[in-house]
Amino acid sequence: MFKGGFIQNLPKIYGLYTGGFLVFILMMAIAEQAGVTAKTIGILFVAFTVAIYALIGYLSRTIQVDAYYLAGRQVPTVFNGMATAADWMSGASFVALAGGVYFGGYSYMAFLVGWTGGYVLVSTLLAPYLRKFGCYTVPDFIGTRYGGNGVRFCAVLVLVLASFTYVTAQINATGTIAARALGIPFEAGVWVGLVSILLCSMLGGMRAVTWTQVAQYIVLIVAYLIPVFWISNKIGAGVFPHLMLGDEVQRITDLESQFGLVKNSAADVKAAGVPGGLKSIAVAHAGVGAGGMAVWKYISLAICMMVGTASLPHILMRYFTTPSVKSARKSVAWSLFFIFLLYSSAPMLATLSKISLMDPNLPTGIIGKSIADVQSLEWVKQWSSQKQVFIADFNGDGILQLNEWFMRTGVVVLATPEVAGLPYVISGLVAAGGMAAAMSTADGLVLAISNALSHDVYYNMIDPKADVRKRLIVARVLLVVVGAAGAYIASMRITSILGAVAWAFDFAMSGLFFPLVLGVWWKRATREGAIAGMLSGLAAGTAYLIYVYPKFLGNPAWLGIDHLRFGLIGAPVCLVVMVVVSLMTKAPDAATQRMVDEVRVPSGKSILGRAH
Amino acid sequence: MSNKEKHWQKTKGHMIMTLCLWAFFSMVIFLFGYEINGMSFLGYPLAYYMTAQGSLLAFVIIIFWFANKQEKIDEEFGFGEKED
Repeated sequence: MFKGGFIQNLPKIYGLYTGGFLVFILMMAIAEQAGVTAKTIGILFVAFTVAIYALIGYLSRTIQVDAYYLAGRQVPTVFNGMATAADWMSGASFVALAGGVYFGGYSYMAFLVGWTGGYVLVSTLLAPYLRKFGCYTVPDFIGTRYGGNGVRFCAVLVLVLASFTYVTAQINATGTIAARALGIPFEAGVWVGLVSILLCSMLGGMRAVTWTQVAQYIVLIVAYLIPVFWISNKIGAGVFPHLMLGDEVQRITDLESQFGLVKNSAADVKAAGVPGGLKSIAVAHAGVGAGGMAVWKYISLAICMMVGTASLPHILMRYFTTPSVKSARKSVAWSLFFIFLLYSSAPMLATLSKISLMDPNLPTGIIGKSIADVQSLEWVKQWSSQKQVFIADFNGDGILQLNEWFMRTGVVVLATPEVAGLPYVISGLVAAGGMAAAMSTADGLVLAISNALSHDVYYNMIDPKADVRKRLIVARVLLVVVGAAGAYIASMRITSILGAVAWAFDFAMSGLFFPLVLGVWWKRATREGAIAGMLSGLAAGTAYLIYVYPKFLGNPAWLGIDHLRFGLIGAPVCLVVMVVVSLMTKAPDAATQRMVDEVRVPSGKSILGRAH
Repeated sequence: MSNKEKHWQKTKGHMIMTLCLWAFFSMVIFLFGYEINGMSFLGYPLAYYMTAQGSLLAFVIIIFWFANKQEKIDEEFGFGEKED
């Protein structure tokens, strides 16, 4: 059945895997009918999928440097696209994106544009050139292009700061999902999550992460799309929700004006005892705010996320693994296509979820019903006991108003299948999807950090004479250390004060975007310019973050540039300083100029060899 | 001008063209978000549609188009890759 090598058989292997996974879902559905409890099904889903990833991780073990760092540069275009999509879509994307759209409306959806539009920058400005360069890590490019360990170290600094901000949130998400599905405490869940993550990456580095990420993408996209299509068909909204929910969006707008969008005062919410983090609908579903500030808020957020996307090392390094420059370019397109499948479904899920709850003509509608009836619903009871939903009867009339219904954002994805009356097997599937999303991103991030530390700091700076065996041992030890540090911080439950995932984008954009882009597009860029740019951009961005973030100094934002958008301060500072200092210092030598010329054409050998 | 320089000129032009399209779908249309939301597409308000789906789809198409055309530019100047 399998002729030829592993790479030639990839479509067959993953085809079988997908088929096997669908059969597993069917078996669980049959088990549910046969009376197996919901809890057992949840455990089976998470345990089965994680065991598969661990098996893939084990089978992909390697003792070669280029396989460990670059997956042997033989990941085909489309598969690399799937792996990147899994790398990209975090537990937060999976669990919280639809909820964000649900509560935040149009202005939140700037994230959707930002987290996809950035790939245009990746493909035009960076990915093909970095692939031609042949670097192992992002600091490897900076260090070789500009020359010297100083500049290399600055790049490692930005990388660690940006990726570590991101990774604790991911390990946190893995822990939350593992804890819920396996019925263990959160602190234990975090360590279970970490062990699962390390099983996927430790033995095979980039190679193992690549092939587990492809498997994880398949699980997460199946888990996201099945409920969306099912609910849409079940409530008669349309066979193909993405094209057919126009009426439902219009209906929500009508219902909003019928029920009234009321923003509860903080004092009322507190007095009613609403648990922290729960929200009520107070923003129009499809309405757009008027005025210049609303426009600026939308566009500035989109810019930060786009430029940040193009600077995040764990994404850029995925394009180092393709067989050629043109496949790196195409691979970016496939990545975005696979991301698009999920991102374009999030607003549809938010719409379906909202109409299910709001429309009094649907059997699932709860707004306008008597509170006693709503509270006796099975799913309301269950999610209330976990403090995920809450009812506060502000006006004391015993009827549930729109502003009296509170939910946590994650509930939109996690509970909508139950609300719409789908069988429990779908909820188990969603848990497995969330776990896959969080694990795949955490894997990519932990690997990005530990590879930078092992290749750039250890091998290039501390011990350039180390042999392959020693290098790979160090790489693996660092992987465990970085993962454990992330898990330790996540288990302390301080991620809420570490700030939003958006910060990772702002850090990366402040310190890395211009040094990377100018390294390819401006021959005159010098080492001194890059160092000064990275440090000043990072310093300016961080200083502004401290200045503006409510939990730090909490000063009023300049021009609406709040803590989610501090990259708008850091990146311009980085650009100006880098250009000025570059022009003040001596132009790069002829060898460097030739190297840049060579990077700009796809044909020929990569600048850095397969093993370096 | 050498072959390499001509190739780079054309590559730069293609990059700028692609980024113009990108800027249009990521920023320019949202400058008029309030104004265009009264229009409708597939039954959705237009600004809502673009941010939920339209611009995202546009980016996918832009990158595929960019990659194909860049490959042609590379081949035109003899810098295409043989393998793969």
